[in-house]
Amino acid sequence: MAETRAPATVPFEGRLPRPPMVLNNRSMSWITNLIAGIPEQKTPLWWYITIAITGSIAAFGVFCILYLLFTGVGVWGNNIPVGWAWDITNFVFWIGIGHAGTLISAILFLCRQKWRTSINRASEAMTLFAVICAAIYPGIHVGRVWMVWFMAPVPNPNWIWPNFRSPLLWDVFAVSTYFTVSVLFWFLGLVPDLATMRDRARSKVGKFCYGLLALGWRGGNRQWRHYEMAYLILAGLSTPLVLSVHSTVSFDFATSLIPGWHTTIFPPYFVAGAIFGGFAMVLSLMLPARSIYKLHDVFTWNHIDVMCKIILLTGSIVGYAYTMEFFVAFYGANPFERFAFINRYFGPYWWAAWSMFTCNVVIPQLFWVRAFRRNLITVFFVCMCVNAGMWYERFVIIAVSLTRDFLPSSWGMYYPTWVDVMTFAGTFGIFTTFFLIFIRFFPMIAMSEVKTVLPEADPHYRPPAIGGTESIKEAHV
Amino acid sequence: MTAAAARRKILGVVAEFPSATTLYQAAERVRDKGYRFWDVHSPFPIHGMNQAMGLRKSPLGYIIFCGGLTGFLTAASLEFIPSSFLYPLIVHGKPVNFFTVPAFFPVMFELTVLFSAFTAFFGVFVMNRLPRLHHPIFDYEQFRRVTDDAFFLIIEASDPRFSDTVTREFLEEIGGKDVTLLYEHD
Repeated sequence: MAETRAPATVPFEGRLPRPPMVLNNRSMSWITNLIAGIPEQKTPLWWYITIAITGSIAAFGVFCILYLLFTGVGVWGNNIPVGWAWDITNFVFWIGIGHAGTLISAILFLCRQKWRTSINRASEAMTLFAVICAAIYPGIHVGRVWMVWFMAPVPNPNWIWPNFRSPLLWDVFAVSTYFTVSVLFWFLGLVPDLATMRDRARSKVGKFCYGLLALGWRGGNRQWRHYEMAYLILAGLSTPLVLSVHSTVSFDFATSLIPGWHTTIFPPYFVAGAIFGGFAMVLSLMLPARSIYKLHDVFTWNHIDVMCKIILLTGSIVGYAYTMEFFVAFYGANPFERFAFINRYFGPYWWAAWSMFTCNVVIPQLFWVRAFRRNLITVFFVCMCVNAGMWYERFVIIAVSLTRDFLPSSWGMYYPTWVDVMTFAGTFGIFTTFFLIFIRFFPMIAMSEVKTVLPEADPHYRPPAIGGTESIKEAHV
Repeated sequence: MTAAAARRKILGVVAEFPSATTLYQAAERVRDKGYRFWDVHSPFPIHGMNQAMGLRKSPLGYIIFCGGLTGFLTAASLEFIPSSFLYPLIVHGKPVNFFTVPAFFPVMFELTVLFSAFTAFFGVFVMNRLPRLHHPIFDYEQFRRVTDDAFFLIIEASDPRFSDTVTREFLEEIGGKDVTLLYEHD
């Protein structure tokens, strides 16, 4: 029996191989052809059909906004006590979605998470479009839109200056900075890929447009040296920025006295929720794109698996925040706060709170199971639930808290009008239309960054010995 | 080579390398030989190439710091001049003094980030002398593959050690393929 016993140590040479970032040992030019080939091919029929639909919805949304501006905010369901309703709900919803893009492009870059390269370009584009949709609402919800310039600190004949200690003004600065920095970061990352498009372009228009946008990029190491430094610093700047934006948004509520809003847990809770909802939106957009354009070797199941784990983590943080809010309301012994939370889950809007809890906390728990993280249907289903759940979360926090505050005599209900609904649908139209235009004309995966995660991009890489399957890599100290 | 080509001014010599590894090793050789005006071109940034080329860290960080400082000072004056002098506003019973400064932090933070980001973005293009509409290297037909999967090493004719014969042989010796002289476009 002695000889069948397992040995105390297992002979093991070197490190365990990491799963490859790009499957099937694809070459650099294969990646270029795959990704640059998407904008170069003839416009597919489905693209025309989809953009016709989303463009019509967007146009109707713009019509609703014009109707609002020409008639007044009375066309919405907003009332007293519910002065902030779908407008601010949708603002927070859209700005939250943007956060996943910046997390992927900045925080995962600083953490050296190489898998981000396959999804960062599309997620950053999604950030820009989501922030555009978000920025519509604060602009139009003021009613008299021609007064919006009062938010800007500029000299005026009334000698009135904005209150710099107001969270609403912080919001103006935070959102506009966030949008500007996201555009700069996105475009900087795009320049080397636009140079690829320029060098491949056949048509005169393509050569001119991509050539102009590529700014004469030559890919010299003296250029890459400054480029990498700028990219690193922009990532370092975006990291606190993205955490600050949703914190500032949450200050709009947390610094007020409304029960259900006046909570110190809001900044981390909002940031986790934003990343949670944003990852679900990235997957909702990228899974169809992956299937249509056959990106399976670059955007692999490993990528989807990690993203599902992030959804599970942030969803559980959000679930913890929901529970802790409820507990603190009980433990804080403030009768108004207690009432606000009982009203949230058992009052007239109980269905919204329970939809939120089910979609955001219960359903994502499916991702504990590996098989569900690697199944297109379950992943897409969970992401759709999260998209809906995160909208409900904002509605529950913002509108439901306002319906019943301190005085029962000032309580009221809120019902959206068709303008509310169609404006929200319109922002989805704007968002998807922009995204369709983006994938049609720009490389949706960062080619130059995906090439850096190939094994042969390492200057100390040695090609595998003939007949061998495993690549040998020198330990670089 | 035609007689007309011979009369044109030589701008430099370019060699192609088959991989990032060979380009890296070639860069080390060129650096050790003492060339100054040269560059390697690749579809992606190669890790450690700065050391292989003997380049120091990019000074962009210091410039961006100055940009961020400008942003911070802009925000501070934008907030304190109106709030303290032009339109003193007492909110929540709080005057503008040292103890209420934290409420002014968010705008300072945002403008610091905004100005730093602008400096980073424009800084990288200013340092790289971009945008520029044309560069003589684009006349070399092979060079368009540099944004796909090709690796090039270029030594400029302005380098004091440049010689159209010796430098050419040197690039061939260190493994360069298709070593070609680049002429001025006429």
